[in-house]
Formats: sequence, C-alpha cells, structure tokens
Amino acid sequence: MSEHKRLGFVRKYIFSTDHKIIGIQFLFSSLIFMAFGGLLAMLMRWQLGWPGAALPWMEKVAPAGMPGGVMVPEYYNMLFTMHGSVMIFFGVIPILAGAFGNYLIPLKVGAPDMAFPRLNMLSYWLFPIAAATVLAGFFVEGGAAASGWTAYPPLSGLKETMGPGQTLWAAGVVVLGFSSILGAVNYVATVINHRAPGMSFHRLPISIWALFTTAVLTLLATPVLAAAMILLLLDRSLGTSFFLPAGMIVDGNLLPHAGGQAILWQHLFWFYSHPAVYIMILPAMGFVSDILPTFSRKPIFGYHAIAYSAVAIGAVGFLVWAHHMFQSGMNPTLGTTFMISTMVVAVPTGVKVFSWLGTLWRGSIRLTTPMLHALGFISMFIIGGLTGIFLASTPVDMYFHDTYFVVGHIHYVLFGGSLFGAFAGITFWFPKMFGRRMNEPWGKIHFWLTFLFFNCVMFPMFSLGLGGMPRRIYDYTQYPGLVHFAGLNRMMSMAAFCLMASQLLFAFNFLYSLFRGKKAGENPWEATTLEWETPSPPPHGNFAKTPVVLRGPYEFSVPGRERDWQLQTEED
Amino acid sequence: MLLPEGASTIAPEVDRLFWIILWITGFFFFLVQGCLLLFVLKYHSRGGQKAAYVHGNAMVEVVWTVVPAVILLLLTVASQKVWAQIRSPRPITPGMIQVEVLAEQFAWNVRYPGPDGQFDTSDDITTINQLHLPVGRPALVRIRSKDVIHSFFVPQFRIKQDAVPGLPTQVWLEPTKAGEYELRCAELCGLGHYRMRGYVTTEPEEQFQKWLTETKANE
Ligand code: HEM
Ligand SMILES: [Cu+2]
Ligand SMILES: [Cu+2]
Repeated sequence: MSEHKRLGFVRKYIFSTDHKIIGIQFLFSSLIFMAFGGLLAMLMRWQLGWPGAALPWMEKVAPAGMPGGVMVPEYYNMLFTMHGSVMIFFGVIPILAGAFGNYLIPLKVGAPDMAFPRLNMLSYWLFPIAAATVLAGFFVEGGAAASGWTAYPPLSGLKETMGPGQTLWAAGVVVLGFSSILGAVNYVATVINHRAPGMSFHRLPISIWALFTTAVLTLLATPVLAAAMILLLLDRSLGTSFFLPAGMIVDGNLLPHAGGQAILWQHLFWFYSHPAVYIMILPAMGFVSDILPTFSRKPIFGYHAIAYSAVAIGAVGFLVWAHHMFQSGMNPTLGTTFMISTMVVAVPTGVKVFSWLGTLWRGSIRLTTPMLHALGFISMFIIGGLTGIFLASTPVDMYFHDTYFVVGHIHYVLFGGSLFGAFAGITFWFPKMFGRRMNEPWGKIHFWLTFLFFNCVMFPMFSLGLGGMPRRIYDYTQYPGLVHFAGLNRMMSMAAFCLMASQLLFAFNFLYSLFRGKKAGENPWEATTLEWETPSPPPHGNFAKTPVVLRGPYEFSVPGRERDWQLQTEED
Repeated sequence: MLLPEGASTIAPEVDRLFWIILWITGFFFFLVQGCLLLFVLKYHSRGGQKAAYVHGNAMVEVVWTVVPAVILLLLTVASQKVWAQIRSPRPITPGMIQVEVLAEQFAWNVRYPGPDGQFDTSDDITTINQLHLPVGRPALVRIRSKDVIHSFFVPQFRIKQDAVPGLPTQVWLEPTKAGEYELRCAELCGLGHYRMRGYVTTEPEEQFQKWLTETKANE
C-alpha cells in the first residue's frame, strides 16, 4: 500500500494506471463530449424549428458556417455528422464501455486492478487524441466532415465532394478503434483470469456478463471498421478505388477512378456498426439488471435467461448488419436473409424486457433516482425496440428507411436506452466512485424533466417519418408536401432546448455533490455485489483482502434472515 | 399524422403490413408499459411489505420466449410475400412502360425511350425533375447515378430505391391514381441534398402521350 501512496499528482490522477481513475477519466471526458454533441444538436434544432432564421452571435463562432448568423446547408451537414459521430464514438461508447467497464469490472469480479494496467492507460489517452483529430475538422479548409456518421462513399471518398475534414474524421475513428480494442482486451482478460475465488461465471453480476459480451463484440468488430476506414483513407489520399466505381462525373469532370464498389463500404461499415449498436446498449441493459433487483429488494427474475440473452444478442448481432441496406441496391434475396436474422435478434431482446418486469413483480420497490432512470430505460427502450420491428420488415422499411422514423428509432434506443442507462449507472455508482451521495430530490427532478422533454422531442419524429420526411435535410420547407410539419418541428425544437437546459441540473448536482454531497459509506444502497464491500471510494488495490465469493449476485429478501440483502461473500 | 394516401398497386400491401405491425407492437407496448406502471404502483415499498424470494419460473420464461418468436416468424413470412412481389425481377411485357431516372447532384434526369422503345436512340425523350407515368400501366424504372449515392423516394408509391453509381438498380410500379407527387432524395448526397426534389405526375394514358409528344417537340 505505502508504495501507492508515494505516487505524485500526475501519476495518480493524469497518467494513472489505476482502473478506477481511468474509468473516472473516461466518465468526465465522455460527459464533456456529450454536452458538446448536445450543443451541436441545438443548432440543428434551431434551423429545423425556424429555417433560415438568423442567430447573429453565431457569426462570431462560425463565420463560414453561419455568415450573418444564418446557417448554410454545408454547415448543417457538418452539424449532424459531428453530432452523430461525437455522440456515438466519443459519448455513448466511452461512457458505457470506457467509464463503467473500467470502473466496475475489477471491483465486481473481486480483482485488485485490470489485467494490463498500462495498456489501459494507453486506451484512455488514445481517446482524446482521436476526438481532437475528428474535431480538428472544424478548423480546416472546407470545414468538418459532412457525410453523416455513416460516411457513405462516393460522397465521403472523393476529394471533390468532401474536404480534408473527412480525412481527419476517418483517421480519428481509426485511432478510437485502437482505444476500444485495447480496452476490450483488458476486459476480456480480466473477466477470464482475475475473478476472485468462488466467483464462477454463473455468479457474475449481469452487468459483467454484458460488459464482457460487449468487449468480445468490440474485439471482433472493430478491426473491420479500421480496415474500412483505411481503405477510405487510401481512396481519398492515394487515388485508389476500393469504393469508387468507374464513370463518375462530378462538376462536369469524368473522374479517373474505376473498379470500386460503393456498397462494399456499407457492408464493412455496418459489419462493425450494427454490433456497435449492441456495444451501446448491452452495458446499459447490464446496469439496469443490477439496479432493478437492488431497488426491488428481490433476486433478478431468470438470471440465466438474462445472462444468455446478452450472449445471444451479441452472437446474432453479427448476422444482421445488412438490415441497414435493404434499399441499397443489394440483392433482394439477401434482404430476406437479413430480415430473418433481424427478427431473430428481437427475441432475446424481448426476453430481457419480460425478465425485468418479472423482477419488479412482487418486489418491494424503492423509487430512488437510479431506479427511476432504470425504469425510464425500460419504458423508452421498449419503444425503440418495437419500432425496430417496423424497420426489420423489408417492405415497411422501404417506406421508413432514411426518414425521420429511423431518427426516432435510434434516439429511443440510444438516448432513451443507452443514455438513461448511463444516468442510472452514474447516479447508482456515484457514491462508490466519489464517496459522496448525489442529491436525491434534484436527481428526481432532473429525471422527470429529461423524461418529459425527451418524449416531446423524439416521439413526433415517428409522425414526421410517417409523413415521408427524409432525414438529414437542412430545410424541409423545400418540399411543399412537408410544410405542414412546421408547427410540429417548432414544438420539437422548443422541447429540445428545454431538454438541454434540464441537463444543467444534472451537471450542477454532479459537481456540487462531488464536493459537498453527504458522505456515502460503504454500501449506501444496501446492495449485494463485491464493489459494495470496500470503502467508498475504494483504495488503490480495491480490497484489503481478496474476497471469497459464496453465492450469486442478487440475494435479496432471503427468507429467515434479518437483513433483506446478503452480500456475495457473507457467511450464512 | 399518418401515411399519405397510397397511389400504387403495392401501397395497399405495404400499408396492410404496417397496420398489422402497428397493432401487434401496439399491443405489446400497452402490455409492457401497463405492467411497468402497475408493478411500480402496486409493489412500491411504502407498504413496508417484504419482497418475494423468487428466482424465476421456467414455464413463463419459455412462454415469453416462444410466443414472440412465433409472432415474429409469422411477420417475417407475411413481409417476405410482399417483398417478393415488389422486388423479384419481372419479364418486360409489351404493355410495360420503361423510364430511366439518372440522379446527379442535385437533380433527377428522366429519360423515356421514345416511340421505338429503345434507349440511346435519337428519339429518346428527356426531362429534368419531371417524371410522368400513365395510370394503370406497369412501369419499369431504371435507376442510376452519375456521381454519389442518391435515393429515389416517392412516398405515395411507397417506393424507395437507392441510386448508386456503378450499380444500376430498378423498381417496378403501377400507379393507381392520377395526381401530383413529390420525388424526394432520401440519401444524403451533399450540400444540395435538401433541395433535390422532383415531381411525379400520374395521369390517364392519353394525357401522358400528349405530354410525351409536347416534351419531345420542346426539346
Ligand atoms: C428489437 C431490436 C431492434 C431491431 C429489430 C432493429 C432494427 C433496425 C433496422 C432494421 C434498422 C435500419 C433502418 C433503416 O435504416 O432503414 C435500424 C437502424 C438503427 N438502429 Fe435498430 N433495431 C433494434 C434495436 C436497436 C438498438 C438496441 C440500437 C442501439 C442501441 C439500435 C440502433 C440503431 C441505429 C443507430 C440505427 C440507424 C443507423 C443509421 O442509419 O444512422 N437499434 N434498426
Ligand atoms: Cu442494425
Ligand atoms: Cu440526392
């Protein structure tokens, strides 16, 4: 122990190899990136609510993008591209896998640290480098990447159509891929090799099953993304033609490319990015599966079903990528295949939802802030999942593909799902991380405001999709058939501003509680898993002595016992 | 609020699937949200009751795995029927009208083969952003792109098909109703994506022929 105490500030808090500090670094960074991504969305909502209206002070911030405060179409395209990229690559993935994966895995399996602490530090430091590379696009000639977070070539692959910002984007994503892979190697090794005595796989908390599955997905899928990005970079900079076919005419010039295939990119991209959507939801499902039993004071309903459904979702999730490509020109028979696999993946998803309901049933429910977020997660995720069924049906997808219906779907799964899951996780583990509790009444108000405004912004998107409004359009009033959506769009924008403003309450609660919150003690929620048996915050090395695990993770309300929770190491 | 009125032979089929899925998902939506609310109210700890010590129930777990699986299987079968009808290649019949739509940043070039029925001959008829189709006659729309990916989307036809450079695609459709519709580009194609708008006019055969002749004369 004494050896650890001698570390200076820099080694202890900046270039730390302690998994807890690294987790907290990921947490802070990703929260900041998400706030930034949110601000980009506010600008988009401004343009959608009041197309062409001036925002004079924005001229100072973005003179080229908003001359005189009026947004130009190129800038709008940059905004949604960077919003999506920042939220997915630098917000949701790092907060779920990076922050919670790092913080929770060693604590919950009973290990003193990750298997490879130095690799872990590298994984963190690659992440701000990746983000800086992508965001540097805003400062180069022609501005940031503007071909969507999906970056379909030829649009993204040609110098003629996308400037150097797109190159930076692709390079940054490759660097982020390295970061993810290093993290994932660590998680897999730690879960397999560093479990405490008695911690069999079937005694692991569901959050660990989820983070473990996520890590395996990351390891298998990310190299494919990196390969795609590198081919795109080659097409852009060395004049190769991996994704670029012959005969393209841009601005009246016949381009010299030949032999490439535009939709090859889509296969490679979605081969990563569909598993990535599970990378973004499985951990959140895991947190909810830890939180529900704790605040229902009841064992989780169907532990094995929930654990194996995570694995099933991960496995089948590798076979559904082309459901993003039903209308891409790919062979329609392939469409059938991917419709079948997509319907299959909905089954384990349903099992999880029903099992959560089963956990609540006959519980003794405590409506704390983390519990509210967990319940909000279930309620919103259902909408996301059910709307996925429309999209899985190839003929119905033909109508909804690339409309606002898809935008609604992704926000119900990613904001309603992943982000409520992250809020649940933060409010639940905050006392462990910082030794202090967050303010409950503020937390609850923040939850209700977020829940309300989120639905006001996102639910109408299904209506817009039904009306055939395409996504990624700067000014929908160009279509006379969409002008009647003006009122709705304006309402959504106002709700979006309120949604963003509500997050200030969270930020304030977070920062205030960091310094002034009530002291938490070891186990403020009366929970059962290993992290609640060490001081808050846990010391370097985590456990004073290696825990010996005697039972499963959710032993609540065991008959004949005085207390309604039984720690994983507690003698009978 | 709801789908715009359909104007092609496949629209009712797609709409029917949409409604079936809406009813099914609507049922599960209310079931799950209802249970969630009910359980939270009913089992709230303020009653001070102790939670049940239950780890699961094999029977219900099998039911809630198998029932959705069967429903999803049926949905897949129903969807596949419509999908096959929409997408499987059809022979070119004499009554079928052929038209080529060539997308470019940021316009739709429309071309008809003219009286000889052959493309790339001197009697081809071309227009920009104007697609006319006769009602009640099957049409084969050949979709191509000059530069980046675009997407041919006519909401009232319930049809969407990407226009991919280097990969010609096609759709079959048969308008059922005379009217004017918007052709919306549905795939991000650059800064003018939002204004890549075309117009589709469906009209009776005689009017269509008249339009073709006039367009040719004005070329
Ligand atoms: C029952 C489960 C689900 C089904 C059946 C499903 C189905 C689909 C389908 C078919 C699409 C393609 C739509 C189109 O572009 O035409 C899609 C898009 C998408 N889904 Fe899901 N989905 C499910 C759950 C999820 C989850 C859990 C997430 C993430 C947490 C997710 C994230 C996304 C995203 C990000 C896109 C859009 C990507 C883009 O084009 O930008 N989905 N989903
Ligand atoms: Cu997907
Ligand atoms: Cu276009």
